[in-house]
Amino acid sequence: MSNSLRINGIDRPLPADPRVSLLDFLREHLHLSGTKKGCDQGACGACTVLVDGERILSCLALAVQYEGRSVTSIEGLAENGELHPLQQAFIDHDGFQCGYCTPGQICSAIGMAAELGRGVPSHVTDDLEAGDIALTHDEVRERMSGNLCRCGAYNGIVAAIVSTQPGAPA
Amino acid sequence: MNPFTYARAASAQDAVRLGAQPGSAYLGGGTNLVDLMRDTPARPDTLVDVTGLPATIEERADGSILVGAAVKNTALAAHPAIRSRFPALSRAIVAGASAQIRNMATVGGNVLQRTRCAYYYDADGADCNKRTPGQGCAAIGGFNRNHAILGASPSCVATHPSDMCVALAAFDAIVHLEGAQGRRSVNLTDLHRLPEDQPERDTLLVPGDLITAIELPPLPFSARSTYRKVRDRASYAFALVSVAAALDLEDGKVRDVRIALGGVAHKPWRARRAEDLLRGGPASADAFRAAAEAELAAAVPLHDNGFKIGLAINTIAAVLGALATRGGKP
Repeated sequence: MSNSLRINGIDRPLPADPRVSLLDFLREHLHLSGTKKGCDQGACGACTVLVDGERILSCLALAVQYEGRSVTSIEGLAENGELHPLQQAFIDHDGFQCGYCTPGQICSAIGMAAELGRGVPSHVTDDLEAGDIALTHDEVRERMSGNLCRCGAYNGIVAAIVSTQPGAPA
Repeated sequence: MNPFTYARAASAQDAVRLGAQPGSAYLGGGTNLVDLMRDTPARPDTLVDVTGLPATIEERADGSILVGAAVKNTALAAHPAIRSRFPALSRAIVAGASAQIRNMATVGGNVLQRTRCAYYYDADGADCNKRTPGQGCAAIGGFNRNHAILGASPSCVATHPSDMCVALAAFDAIVHLEGAQGRRSVNLTDLHRLPEDQPERDTLLVPGDLITAIELPPLPFSARSTYRKVRDRASYAFALVSVAAALDLEDGKVRDVRIALGGVAHKPWRARRAEDLLRGGPASADAFRAAAEAELAAAVPLHDNGFKIGLAINTIAAVLGALATRGGKP
């Protein structure tokens, strides 16, 4: 549908004002307040959402630029009342304290898993030509460096993410 | 943010027609421009969205690679031909920003992000010749740990923050342009300007000029290349100093070499003096260090950034040493 963007499976008309960021569109226009506004300048990652499965920063995205695209926010991850496995893993591994960065952390980690599946290298990937990149703790920390946690719950965050990857110990 | 109208370009010609109007600006991923518009140093009347223009990576018969300007940073870093044949470029891109920003940012937009420092953003509290020509430069007498040591002027000491461009400078990348007067191309190393007395101009582009593609010319030894970035945090920080280099060896001698530096100047800094000294000489640690010292001989430190001179010398020498012994592998 033109002049709209799809948010968590529902088509929504674009905002009339092109200044509206995707973040403000979610929070202020649609009252989907799960996505958080931290710095509003691309430094903290709290506003991370998925667009067609790729993680982006909704604070630096103008909503009009995403016409026709499919956006998934934290509210769109649970299915039939069941938490997404990563949401459950954050609970199980104490992946948060205050919880403000958590929606961004979870959306970011889902996007990260897709990048890893496609073999996208990171700054700490030794062999650029390797087909399979193992999700070591160093890889998780580097790939998640765009998501800050001021509580310092990083150990739980990394543990939660690693636990949901294929081949992770139960 | 000031009001603006938003238009989506259907073709490069369409974009140039809209982009040549006074007050127009091209919009890529928005990771720099939207931020600058919110903090108001940038106040375009019209945004021309060029993210729908060609985003292909074409491997050509002559060995060159043509990268559409709308290609996302992530896609370029992950492309098999870039990883195998131009590894310094892949490594530079993944050293920059965060994964979310690399997913948004386009190649053309990365090249045309503003050369800037924190004072440029501070319209209420700091003078800045780049933001308001003639106002003065708060950085020169201020906190200037991150600022330029090469090619700066009394009007501006900001650095170009791109990692990608440092590798492009080393690889002699060619920037393809579409403008009001038609098509032309310029070398990436000539695209960005030193500040001189016009720091408000980052590049030699004129209104309407649109980057349509970046060309990587064939370089026989580009596979023996790497990128090293030194920064205050392990990840997600601008470079204090970075080095992109490619090295071609023959019988223990340097047959050819490419070196470019980031974090030290208003533009990606091609280290031609060091290259000239190395070519034909021994591929030894002493020679690498001597060439690095010669390149940095012209450096002028500010109050807080004198450490960058030694850091740049050490990093150049270390990167060349790694390329000579391990082909650049970490």
